[in-house]
Amino acid sequence: MVDFLNAFALLSNFVIVPAMTYGSQLALGALGVTLVYGILRFSNFAHGDTMAFGTMVTIFATWGLQSAGVSIHPLPTALLALPVGIAATVALCLVIDRSVYKFYRKSRSVPVVFLIASVGVMFVLNGVVRFIIGPGDQRFADGERFIIKAKAFKKLTGLNEGIAFKTSQGLTIVTAIIVVAALFWFLNRTRSGKSMRAYSDNEDLARLSGINPERVVMITWTLAAVLATIAGVLYGLDKSFKPFTYFQLLLPIFASAIVGGLGNPLGAIAGGFVIAFSEVVVAYAYKKFLTYLVPEQWAPDSLVQLLSTDYKFAVSFVILVLVLLIRPTGIFKGKGA
Amino acid sequence: MSYLSGDNMTGGYGGADILHGCNISVDLGEIAVIVGPNGAGKSTAMKAIFGMLDLREGSVTLNGEEITGLSPQDRVAKGMSFVPQTNNVFTTMTVEENLEMGAFIRTDDISATMEQVYELFPILKDKRNQPAGELSGGQRQQVAVGRALMTQPKLLMLDEPTAGVSPIVMDELFDRIIEVAKAGIAILMVEQNARQALNIADKGYVLVQGRNGYTDTGEALLANPEVRKAFLGG
Amino acid sequence: MNSSTRTIALFTAMAAALVAVGVFQSWPLALAILNLCLISAIMSLGVNIQWGYAGLFNVGVMGFTALGGLAGVLISVPPVTEALQAGGFGIFIALVLISLTIAGAILIYKRLPAGKARNFSMIGVIVIGYFLTRYFFFPAVDAIEAVDSARTGYLGGLGLPIIFSWVVGGVFAAAVAWVVGKIALGLRSDYLAIATLGISEIIIAVLKNEDWMTRGVKNVSGLPRPVPYEIDLQQTLWFQDWASYLGMSPVDFSSVFVKLCYAGLFTVVLLILLWFSERALHSPWGRMMRAIRDNELSSAAMGKNIKGRHLQVFVLGSAVIGIAGAMLTTLDGQFTPASYQPLRFTFIVWVMVIVGGSGNNLGAILGGFLIWFVWVEAEPFGLWLMDVLSSGMAEDSDLRKHLLNSAAHMRLMTMGLILLLVLRFSPRGLIPEK
Repeated sequence: MVDFLNAFALLSNFVIVPAMTYGSQLALGALGVTLVYGILRFSNFAHGDTMAFGTMVTIFATWGLQSAGVSIHPLPTALLALPVGIAATVALCLVIDRSVYKFYRKSRSVPVVFLIASVGVMFVLNGVVRFIIGPGDQRFADGERFIIKAKAFKKLTGLNEGIAFKTSQGLTIVTAIIVVAALFWFLNRTRSGKSMRAYSDNEDLARLSGINPERVVMITWTLAAVLATIAGVLYGLDKSFKPFTYFQLLLPIFASAIVGGLGNPLGAIAGGFVIAFSEVVVAYAYKKFLTYLVPEQWAPDSLVQLLSTDYKFAVSFVILVLVLLIRPTGIFKGKGA
Repeated sequence: MSYLSGDNMTGGYGGADILHGCNISVDLGEIAVIVGPNGAGKSTAMKAIFGMLDLREGSVTLNGEEITGLSPQDRVAKGMSFVPQTNNVFTTMTVEENLEMGAFIRTDDISATMEQVYELFPILKDKRNQPAGELSGGQRQQVAVGRALMTQPKLLMLDEPTAGVSPIVMDELFDRIIEVAKAGIAILMVEQNARQALNIADKGYVLVQGRNGYTDTGEALLANPEVRKAFLGG
Repeated sequence: MNSSTRTIALFTAMAAALVAVGVFQSWPLALAILNLCLISAIMSLGVNIQWGYAGLFNVGVMGFTALGGLAGVLISVPPVTEALQAGGFGIFIALVLISLTIAGAILIYKRLPAGKARNFSMIGVIVIGYFLTRYFFFPAVDAIEAVDSARTGYLGGLGLPIIFSWVVGGVFAAAVAWVVGKIALGLRSDYLAIATLGISEIIIAVLKNEDWMTRGVKNVSGLPRPVPYEIDLQQTLWFQDWASYLGMSPVDFSSVFVKLCYAGLFTVVLLILLWFSERALHSPWGRMMRAIRDNELSSAAMGKNIKGRHLQVFVLGSAVIGIAGAMLTTLDGQFTPASYQPLRFTFIVWVMVIVGGSGNNLGAILGGFLIWFVWVEAEPFGLWLMDVLSSGMAEDSDLRKHLLNSAAHMRLMTMGLILLLVLRFSPRGLIPEK
């Protein structure tokens, strides 16, 4: 029994908690992608770099607050700086929409043109972020590092294995729940939210009903910017901020959105967790876990790792491929295929 | 002068003209039906009246006011409402949300109008929390008409409302449309099921190659041997 | 100006720019830029085949380039006999097993009716295949990587002339493109983009981590060349005579000479590919491709097999990119998996195609030349600009230092802006499609 609890604690510490955290981050990212897709009908390649931009602004605001001696210990200062990052990113997205995408919307261009334009935007944002903050790693998490330390957990329970619960992890999960709840309230309960869903569902009928497309598009970019910034800051607090990493997040984020069904917000959340759990589960070395569970003589010699950590993003790709092969519209029917 | 009239409408979708001096008019409380063979420009005439294509010549007036240059959205604000033939409901949204979206331009309380729509289509009240995409074809058409009624229009335009529904559902839908007309709303509709539609029509237009072929009361058109022979299958 | 004089004028201007670099900077530099311009032009030709002919958006150019590079290693490096003895057999068995597993899974998928039985037997085959493969694979890998890991630690290659790898690189890229295309074509255009983005990241991950095959981040350097070595040239008499005849030092002249040899080879490849591309574009096949691109719906209605055509064009375009990748590795003389960056290898190629003129092969080539030239020359220009901008600041000002250090990132912004501006104001590019 103790062995079983130990095994469970081990699994929680290295698989469940990290996957929940990562899943929340992916879900927030994928929500942004899926909203833009639902309304503007293209996959926004600049989303990762939008996340990076929002995080960067938040980092500067955090540094500013830190040097001014402002602190909300035990929570990280970045939380206080978040609104600044959000405001800047919203402004950025609206400016980009005005200056880039609006033209193609007016000329009713095909989706792939939007896609290429978003690649151009990605380039520019990538350059801007690297130019301002540099390509290197930035850590900006402060405050209390742990909610529960592994040692404290062991002492408390008397188990061999501890569960360490980082503040950033707790914060990520709680924030994600609040943000998602707020988003769904907005989409399902407010007039603006409903008009967004209506537009996403049937553009022509929405116009006939007197819904103003430009307003819907503005709301969409605002939401996408908010989600991107929050996702980016949470990811940065949990791991660290590096512009290139944020670009690379595109793949798992797209995979999450597609797995769930592009254009479907509920699907984006489910997709985020599917991808995150698969990545973590596949790349975890089960040696110790099995040692607790099986009789001693069966204990494995090797790491019992299904896939090396270097390939963990191959997991999102494989899942993506499976979805495309079996059900291109995703788990919850999206607008794909 | 009728409540709505499209006079000498000429134009098409950029290429060759589809309409050639076509005249359509309808009064409040009246049902006008446009029928005719495939490619006669029935739907095009409807779209021209609603501002979905630019007229090269001719004009559209509503209640004496010239509206030829207005966008469809502006026409909705003027009291026109349009039910497209296909994709006429928000499939992922509930019936009630569909009706709410229909009333999007209104800023006043819409609950009374919604109640009226539910009275007209009682089945929708039962299904109001169900996504419109899960309803049967006939029920969807009811949602579509209901959505269009939410702006409290003076003129309701329907593009082949009975396309793809069973004869029983069609009769029922026509009954509802008559009810709507009795409430003092002008109804203009394009119909493929010409005989049944002319039966309920106060006024019928038979379009032939973008021109007015025959114009008369529904009854008279049904009795006209030429119309019967050419367009109603004897 | 009609279109052909415009084309000639633009290419002349491009040549003049390269000559200017030779005169004002140095000839070896001008030729180094020229060689990469030629390779860029081939890549851009490949992307143009996919985008310009068929409207396919491939975001995995980097992956296909890297596959070409891999071919360079596998073809040209002499085999490491010891490593082959240690683990060659195990790797062979593992590869056979993995192929059998995949084939088995596909067979089950195709033969059995959909349902639980099919799903479970497929999962069964894959799981068993996976563990069997591991059983042979990892001991072999350990054995191979243990062989003199500082110098080799990998299987090596076939020891053939590296020029063969240009063809093989094309074949590698074509094979992967076929699989990706099978999966992602026929769906929305976004899906192909995302799938290619994914596959290229995976290819790079494999090349970085499978040390037994590529030495991973330890790199493979000193690949044999298809052209003479400078040091050999400098020691031959006739070469020294030539150099003194031209008034250059043998060292400088050898560098120029080697680069010219490469340029000659690359030009031949570029011309051959251009010839084929032009033939294809103006054949009935090319006309059909463009008809499909311009109106997918009506082409489908006419009974054209759009997915099949798209697959052809996707495979062909990727093969061209693979060839360019192998050429690049040949030019570098080394294979460095960590150097493959999507911004450098995927997105910049896109800028080349869009700027040059999508759908026009000459446009794509011009775009390749021009954008590579700008990319290379933007760095000194950016530094100069930052220097000027910050010249008023104190020598040790932090902002000045930051600006100077960040000048390199200006290039990304510049590329992005060029892409956006051309897409918006001149979507048909410098040399538009006829």
